[in-house]
Amino acid sequence: METVKATAKKETAKKSMRITGAEAVIRCLLAEGVDLIYGYPGGAIMPVYDELYKFQDELTHILTRHEQGATHAAQGYARVSGRVGVAMATSGPGATNLVTGLADAQIDSTPMVCITGQVARHLLGSDAFQETDIVGISTPVTKWNYQITRAEEIPEILAKAFYIAKSGRPGPVLIDITKNAQFDELDFDYKKCTGVRSYKPVPKPDNNAIAKAAELINKAKKPYVIWGQGVILGEAEEELKALIEKTGIPAAWTIMGESAIPTEHPLNVGMVGMHGNYGPNVLTNECDLLLAIGMRFDDRVTGDLNTYAKQAKIVHFEIDPAEINKNVKVDVAVLGNAKETLAEILPLVDKNSHEAWLQEFAKKHQEEYDVVIKNDITPTKPGLTMGEVIEEVNKASGQKAVIVTDVGQHQMVACRYAKFKESKSNITSGGLGTMGFALPAAIGAKQGAPDREVVAVIGDGGYQMTIQELGVIFQHQIPVKILVLNNDFLGMVRQWQQLFFEKRYASTVMTNPDFVKIAEGYHIKANSVSERKDLAAAVKEMIDFEGPYFLEVKVEKEDNVFPMIPSGASVSDIRLK
Amino acid sequence: MDKKIFTISVYSENNVGLLNRISGIFLKRHINIESLNVSKSEIDQVSKFTIVVNTTEDWVKRIVQQIEKQIEVIKAYYHTDEETIFQETALFKISSDLLFDEPLIQNAIRESNSKIVTVHRDFFVLAKTAQRKEIEAMHDLLAPYGIMQFVRSGRIAVSKEAMLISEMLEEFHNNNK
Ligand SMILES: Cc1ncc(C[n+]2csc(CCOP(=O)(O)OP(=O)(O)O)c2C)c(N)n1
Repeated sequence: METVKATAKKETAKKSMRITGAEAVIRCLLAEGVDLIYGYPGGAIMPVYDELYKFQDELTHILTRHEQGATHAAQGYARVSGRVGVAMATSGPGATNLVTGLADAQIDSTPMVCITGQVARHLLGSDAFQETDIVGISTPVTKWNYQITRAEEIPEILAKAFYIAKSGRPGPVLIDITKNAQFDELDFDYKKCTGVRSYKPVPKPDNNAIAKAAELINKAKKPYVIWGQGVILGEAEEELKALIEKTGIPAAWTIMGESAIPTEHPLNVGMVGMHGNYGPNVLTNECDLLLAIGMRFDDRVTGDLNTYAKQAKIVHFEIDPAEINKNVKVDVAVLGNAKETLAEILPLVDKNSHEAWLQEFAKKHQEEYDVVIKNDITPTKPGLTMGEVIEEVNKASGQKAVIVTDVGQHQMVACRYAKFKESKSNITSGGLGTMGFALPAAIGAKQGAPDREVVAVIGDGGYQMTIQELGVIFQHQIPVKILVLNNDFLGMVRQWQQLFFEKRYASTVMTNPDFVKIAEGYHIKANSVSERKDLAAAVKEMIDFEGPYFLEVKVEKEDNVFPMIPSGASVSDIRLK
Repeated sequence: MDKKIFTISVYSENNVGLLNRISGIFLKRHINIESLNVSKSEIDQVSKFTIVVNTTEDWVKRIVQQIEKQIEVIKAYYHTDEETIFQETALFKISSDLLFDEPLIQNAIRESNSKIVTVHRDFFVLAKTAQRKEIEAMHDLLAPYGIMQFVRSGRIAVSKEAMLISEMLEEFHNNNK
């Protein structure tokens, strides 16, 4: 063992060397600064795993309990750190188990590189054991993918994979490597990729568009910003803050953009979308200028497009030209990285304030507070609400935690009520809405931001989709806090059944196991509360605990999340109850 | 907005997976491809896809944006019929007896500007390169006598405007020197 490691290290210094494809894969990862990957071994990727064994001092491999978990962990890691997450799997079922995570990363623009083993070149197309066309399968859910069949291709293709995953609008890349390419030798010489001639990651900003946008901003009486994840991916938080502070423009966020500006910033008016805040939704249809920054007008944000912001001029700050006029026709498109374009527009905009307009948001907030928020976070009924649980997390963590959510009611409640001071703190499956995302993503988030508190907020349904990843948390003692809000229902679906299907609760009731015992089976400290008098202390104990901790909160079974824009309705028709 | 015929031209790297990626863009939007042709282009090592769709301008714009977003696509354009020069080629395989027995067929061949590609003992093959309408007309003319086999290629087209792909590639090389 020792000698193998020693030689491995010594050779890193040499420029070009003769090594196997499998070793080349590891050296490429190291050259890209990767020190942590998630994955699951199997026949077709075994040569690479053999090299992982030799390089285990430099490259940590976390064995998730399912390949889907590896992708979500890589996503969680990428989303908190801004680095590329890496997941690895074998061919066939290993590879197909990556598909959900790839689709999630594709729609939420998460930089990820997945490496899969493949049967040997001469077996391709023979329906060999565990052969599956993962390049074909993953094409619609990857930014780029490629099958390597010769060892010599490995350095250049992996360099390209990392470049493509991270640059421009980030996304997942899958590289499939046939087994012969892992065994064969090559002269290894790694050069980082700095460009691909057919790919323009960031369009050149157009000064005319920026000037036009500035003119619209300076003329507007009721300007309004909605920002999305583009601000976080482009690391444009400071530039956005500077713009809204100089112009006095109220700004709202999509759930993917949440935390880019602190929750309590006076110009942060809240969340847009189906379960977003009242003012930010309704006033979308009253502003005279809508600045959409790094967001993509998802239907969960816009509701009915025919009645969306028709009265307003719309300026779209966007890195991806394919997003322009895709869902909403815009008056000015400012292409480029938000960090650059926002910095360029700043000197062109007038210092301003929009007190009366801001007051309209405050007024709407008060209405929402009286009808919804008050009952959510300071309820007087006996059953616990999800909202009050999140409030306790805010208090116990001092608004400093990374909140990783799964999908459903708890997700919407967490996005609505969690408070943040720091960017990259709300990790959620926004575009795909993948149940089972949170537990593995929280593992990745904790490893990507080890100094931060990471709290996974999960429903009892989604928790059981990837519950096996408790094994990772136990084995590696990853100190994530797991908070399951248990309503014994697939709550969000039940809510729709109640509101739109006359309470026909088809397959949404769940008979749940003893979650505390399950956590304890993994030797994870666990607790369960169902009464308000115990809640604050239980949440505090969870947050203060040094290691991994599981807390189940039994909440009211049939609570609904409001406000709500019924699907297909206008943002103006958002319901408070 | 009205549907009409658009020709999409895609300049790309020559990569095994790209056809799948491009056709997936249509599949995802449930849009049918009327015809598809892949060939080399005027630039060494650069492939050209010529795709014909019947859709609205809004949709063709979105599709072209999505195609151009693919890593290995250098540039994609769309054009109306008025903006391109386009042709298709058809092959007709016809029983040899007819060539000698039916004077009408001989006339048709002469008048239609088609070419006899080959003559065998049992059959002969006619090729015609033209726009769809003329090929259809020829097909209708020959059909009553019996066509043993018929095939028509996808549309190939060149645009009236300049494409400037070489300039784009050169700019990349200059920026990455
Ligand atoms: C993989 C997957 N399957 C199905 C759905 C549809 N779905 C959305 S929310 C939801 C219910 C989630 O229930 P639970 O995890 O208990 O959370 P709650 O809504 O009760 O907070 C379902 C089934 C989904 N989003 N993802």
